Amino acid sequence: MIDPLSVFLLLLAAATPILFAALGELIVERAGVLNLGVEGMMITGALAGFAAAHATGNAFIGFAVAALAGAAISMLFALLTQFLLANQVASGLALTLFGLGLAALFGKPLEGIKAPPMPAGPLKVNWIVWLGLLMVPLVWWFLNRSRAGLILRGVGENHDAAHALGYDVRRVRIAAIAFGGAMAGIGGAFISIATVLQWTEGMTAGAGWIALAIVVFSNWTAPGVLAGAWLFGGVTVLQLRLQAAGVSVPVQLLSMAPYLATIIVLVAISAMQKFSRRAGGGAPGSLGRNFHALR
Amino acid sequence: MKRRTLLASAVAISAMSLALPAAAQDEPLKVGFIYVGPVGDGGWTYQHDQGRQAVEAEFGDRVETTFIESVPEGADAERAITQLALAGNKLIFTTSFGFMDATINVAQKFPDVKFEHATGYKRAENVSTYDARFYEGRAVMGTIAGRMTESNKIGYIGSFPIPEVIQGINSSYIHAKKVNPDVEMKVVWAYSWFDPAKEADAASALLAEGVDVILQHTDSTAPLAKAQEAGAIGFGQASDMSAFKPNPRVSSIIDNWAPYYIERVGAVLDGSWESKATWAGIGDGEVEIGEITDAVPAEVKAEAEALKDKIASGEYHPFTGPLNKADGSAWLAEGQTATDEELAGMNFFVEGITAEIPK
Repeated sequence: MIDPLSVFLLLLAAATPILFAALGELIVERAGVLNLGVEGMMITGALAGFAAAHATGNAFIGFAVAALAGAAISMLFALLTQFLLANQVASGLALTLFGLGLAALFGKPLEGIKAPPMPAGPLKVNWIVWLGLLMVPLVWWFLNRSRAGLILRGVGENHDAAHALGYDVRRVRIAAIAFGGAMAGIGGAFISIATVLQWTEGMTAGAGWIALAIVVFSNWTAPGVLAGAWLFGGVTVLQLRLQAAGVSVPVQLLSMAPYLATIIVLVAISAMQKFSRRAGGGAPGSLGRNFHALR
Repeated sequence: MKRRTLLASAVAISAMSLALPAAAQDEPLKVGFIYVGPVGDGGWTYQHDQGRQAVEAEFGDRVETTFIESVPEGADAERAITQLALAGNKLIFTTSFGFMDATINVAQKFPDVKFEHATGYKRAENVSTYDARFYEGRAVMGTIAGRMTESNKIGYIGSFPIPEVIQGINSSYIHAKKVNPDVEMKVVWAYSWFDPAKEADAASALLAEGVDVILQHTDSTAPLAKAQEAGAIGFGQASDMSAFKPNPRVSSIIDNWAPYYIERVGAVLDGSWESKATWAGIGDGEVEIGEITDAVPAEVKAEAEALKDKIASGEYHPFTGPLNKADGSAWLAEGQTATDEELAGMNFFVEGITAEIPK
């Protein structure tokens, strides 16, 4: 009755915003930084991307501007946590609130305007969806096979050791935060430019928080992030799709499934520490701890 | 519960500081409005603010209006309403279902101030309620939907399974079925009044099921954007949504609160205001049908307009028997029409809709 291919294509699109945001946050956390400002960076990208796409008539320019805007606002968080050594949790929450408020303020004149059309990619699936899928092996390769990725992981695991080896912990972390901001920005812009085709206040509606949950679910690995994005995005799509097909399902049960899965995965991870480490995962040792070279 | 809310107590407080001029004897009547969303939402709150502006245009210097937007439906609402009352407003409109208890509470403390609550059912000496018969407009949309569908599948995005929304689904289905006996209705619940991304996904899910007409009881234009991509059609909700004309948006159901607001402000000005419950529809101009575009064939357009006129004149009621409930039990006999009490508590689908109402 339900065509699996159509469900899969819907799932690909529904998972894209959280996939981008979660891949970005994965890099940030592997560098040892916990940025809870994902939602704020996403909404900033959604607004800036939409404004640029509308002004130029080109959706792709919109995505580029969204990446820049996301990276720019993430620098506020970098300033607070890397230079002023502010608490990362509080700074991240502040970034979310700030982003939401700022976007609402500057978004007023854009209400009621339609996004420019976007050429469909292969299989009638948006190009950005394919870009998101491509980012998964790229991020995996970067973390596990590149020298820069090794340094980044070293900084995240033990920043004092990385510092002793002569690596600039702060610079690595700022670069990671900027990357995370850019990815969250693209994810947000996907909602305004490709999904809703309009700007509306508060339109990211919690996607950033789901992205944060997915990073934990993924055991801090890129393939795990993809699986998580599909699980969380897929449940939403499947739930709506089942309703449309007239199959009555307890919606609440389905909605809760990804969170249950996250808990189960976390339990499994801690039970199999060794295996998890060998698979290249696990929470970075310095996650959430500020680094100060003089200490 | 009525409308989705965002932050705003800070906005509310700063708005209030603007609304505290000193009282004078021959002052204009001060009228306050509490909105659940931003004025720029393009839907529900936007239409209420159009009504407020109509009041200003009608009465000029005799009135002075203030509004507070994006007021959450919780403790903040009571504070915002109290502020408006303290600021000297003698008539206060609270425009969302979730403001009901807050309105009653504040009204008890300010017996000299008159309150009007939209879509609620609790009244008092100084509290009136008002609502619109959206289901009348849905009958017209259903007629167009039934005629326009080629796949004979119509999709409906519901917000919450409450009587107001169920009335709309039933009314659309009954009238689509009247003009097209093969029509099927598919229902998806979004559990939100306003969540653009989710509404888009809901529309995609319906389109993947083969529907080619989408009706919605959620406020964003996201379903119209999805309909456009798929070559399907849809309708504007609460507001005209004219950005999507002439296709996919082929018509719309518009809430027009202006006549009511003008009447009620006028009643306070001439001293004839008293507490009552109002439930007005197409005939009173409170529910409007937006322009039916040329994407709709002329004869379908004429048929839809004829139905609209019959509802407006009171010649026809959208819920007229014979009608059975979805479980097969009899509801309305031949020629019998539903009472307002039945409509206000409607918790069942009519016969022919195979979807289930979530509990």
